[in-house]
Amino acid sequence: MSRLDRCFRELAEEGRKGLIPFLTAGDPEPGATVGLLHALVSSGADAVELGVPFSDPLADGPVIQRASERALVHGVSLTDVLAMVREFRADDDRTPVVLMGYANPIERMGPARFAERAAAAGVDGVLTVDMPPEEAGEWTRPFPEAGIDPILLAAPTTSGQRLEAILEITRGFLYYVSITGVTGAGGLDAEDVAEHVAPIRARTDLPVAVGFGVRDASSAAAVANSADAVVVGSALIRTIAEHAERADAGQGLEGALRRQMAELRAGVDGLGGEEGGSG
Amino acid sequence: MGMMADRPNERGRYGVYGGRFVSETLMAPILELTEAYHQLRDDPAFQAELAAELRSYVGRPTPLYEAKRLSAEAGGARIFLKREDLTHTGAHKINNTIGQGLLARHMGKRRIIAETGAGQHGVATATMAARLGLDCVIYMGVEDMRRQAVNVYRMRLLGAEVVPVESGSRTLKDAMNEAMRDWVTHVADTFYVIGSVAGPHPYPMLVRDFQSVIGREAREQAQEALGRLPDCLVACVGGGSNALGLFGPFLDDPDVAMVGVEAAGHGLASGEHAAPLAAGIPGILHGSRSYLMQDENGQILGTHSLSAGLDYPGVGPEHSYLKDLGRVRYETVDDREALAGFRQLTATEGILPALEPAHAVPAAMRLAGELSPDQAVLINLSGRGDKDIDTVAEVEEGS
Repeated sequence: MSRLDRCFRELAEEGRKGLIPFLTAGDPEPGATVGLLHALVSSGADAVELGVPFSDPLADGPVIQRASERALVHGVSLTDVLAMVREFRADDDRTPVVLMGYANPIERMGPARFAERAAAAGVDGVLTVDMPPEEAGEWTRPFPEAGIDPILLAAPTTSGQRLEAILEITRGFLYYVSITGVTGAGGLDAEDVAEHVAPIRARTDLPVAVGFGVRDASSAAAVANSADAVVVGSALIRTIAEHAERADAGQGLEGALRRQMAELRAGVDGLGGEEGGSG
Repeated sequence: MGMMADRPNERGRYGVYGGRFVSETLMAPILELTEAYHQLRDDPAFQAELAAELRSYVGRPTPLYEAKRLSAEAGGARIFLKREDLTHTGAHKINNTIGQGLLARHMGKRRIIAETGAGQHGVATATMAARLGLDCVIYMGVEDMRRQAVNVYRMRLLGAEVVPVESGSRTLKDAMNEAMRDWVTHVADTFYVIGSVAGPHPYPMLVRDFQSVIGREAREQAQEALGRLPDCLVACVGGGSNALGLFGPFLDDPDVAMVGVEAAGHGLASGEHAAPLAAGIPGILHGSRSYLMQDENGQILGTHSLSAGLDYPGVGPEHSYLKDLGRVRYETVDDREALAGFRQLTATEGILPALEPAHAVPAAMRLAGELSPDQAVLINLSGRGDKDIDTVAEVEEGS
C-alpha cells in the first residue's frame, strides 16, 4: 500500500482529518528545508507538500511567489528538491511527500525520467498546477508506472463532465481548490466548499484535500468539516518570510512554525473555538 | 482547404506545440471562449460586424507601399511595406483587440483585462474598451512603463486602469503572469484579451485569424501591384502575431518564402536576447508548449531587447511548428542593426517604424540585396515609431 493510501486509511479509521502543510523547497535557504519538514511532521502534519520553485508561478499569490524567488536566488532546481526528499526519507519513511509545482521543470527533465527519479527519492505524489486533465492524461502516464500518484485539481468552475475526466487520472487524493483565485487569496467560504465537495464525494471514494485560502485555525476547522484533509501554504510561508528578513534568519523559525502548526492542528481536530484552552 | 485551416487540431495542437496548460479553474472560461468563437467564426452577421469595424474604425484596408528609395539602397529586389502603422492607434494590434472585443460583447463579458509590453496592445485594448463601453484593466511591467511612458498616459486617458507589475523581470512575461492571476480571480465576468498568437488554445488560433486580414489584403494588393505574389515576406517575431497575420494566407503558396525576425538584443552569444526560436528549447509557459528561453532546470530566462514588444522569452506555438517544418526561416537582428533599420527607413522613406518592425528592415534589405530587381520582398510594417523616439534618443545619447 502506498504511503498516501495508508495515511488516508489511518485518518479514516481514527476518525481524524488530515493536515497537510506546504513549504517551498529551498525557502528561506536550501539547508533549512529538510529540518523544517521534520519539524512540520513532529508538530502534527499527516503529509507534507513540497513546492518546486518556478520562475513564473502564475497560480500563486505574492506570498508563495516570494518564496519561489527566495529559493531561486540559491538556484534550487528540481534535482535539488529530489535530493531534499531523499534526505528527509532517511529519517522518515512514513510521512507522504507530495511535490507541487509547474509543468516546465518536469518537462525539461522529461516526465518519465522525472517519475523514476522522484520515486527513487521517496516522493509519493505530484501535483502540477498547469496540467488540466486534457493534457495530464498523456503527460502523467509514466507517473503511476513508476509508483508516483498524479494528483489533479478540481475547482469551483469544474463541471460534472470535467470531474469525471479528472477522477480518471488522479490518484492518492483529489485536490479541491477552495476559491477562484491564486494561492493565499481571501474569500474562503466554507459553505460553498461543502456544496462543491459533496458531489465529488458522490462520485468517488478517493480522499478529498482542500486548499487555497486556508489562513488560520478557524478557517482550517471550517474546511475540515467537508474535507478529508486541509492544505495550508501561504499562512506558514508568511511566517518563514518574516524570519527570512531578520539577520538571525534561522533562529526561532522552527519554534514559530511549530506553534502555528499546533493551532492549525487544533482547528482541524475541532479543538479550537468555543471549546477553548485545549491546545 | 489550406494548411492554415487544418491547424490546430481539436486539442489546440500544432504538431507537438500549443495545447492548454492552465490551471483547472481557467478551463471553464477557456472552453466557453472556444465554443463562442467556433459559433461566431462562421456567423455571417458577426463577420459583417467585424468587417465594418475594421473599415470604418480601424481604417482598413491599409496600403501596400513600394519603398523605392529603400529598395535602391538594398540594390536588388523591390521592397514593399504593408502599412499597419497607418491603422487607428498605429499598430496591427487593433485588428485583434476589435475582434476579441466583439467576442467579449457577444459573450456578455463586461470587464476586459490585458497584458502589454510596448504598450501597443494595451492601447489597442483600452481603445476597444472605450469604443464598446467596457471596463478595462491593463497589466504592464514597471520597466516597460518607464520605457513607454506615453502609452501609459494614453491608456489612462482612454479610461483604462494601468496596473504596474513589480514581479520578476518587470516586463511582458510578468505582465502576462499577473493578467492570468487576475483572470483566475475574476473568472466569471472577465474576458482576457491576449495580444499575441500565444497563450492557451484557442488564443493562438483566434489571434491568428483576427490578424490574417493583413495577409489577405496583402495578397490582393500584391496581385494588383505586381500581377503576382511577392517572392518573400518578412516580419518581426516577438509572440509573433503580426508575422502569422501576414504569413497565414500565403502558407499554401510554395513559391512565397517567409522570414521571421527575432530580436537578438545584445547578440545571441551574450545570452541577452529574445530569440527563443533561434536559441531556445521547447517547453511549457503561459498555457502552451513552444520554443522557450529557459535554463537547464526549466526556469524561464530573462530576456533583453531594445524593443519592449519583442522582449518576451516565448513565441506562439504555430511559429515553433513552422520552424520545425522548415516552412518559415527564422533569423535574428540585434539592437544595433534594428536601430540602423529604424534610421534608414525614416531617412529614406519618411516613415518612422516602431522598433519592433525596425528589426524586419535590415533582414529584408539583406534578402533584397540577394534577389534581382524583378523580384519583390514584402515587409510587414506592424507599427509606427512615435512611441520609441525617447528610447532611440536615450541610446544615441548613451553611445
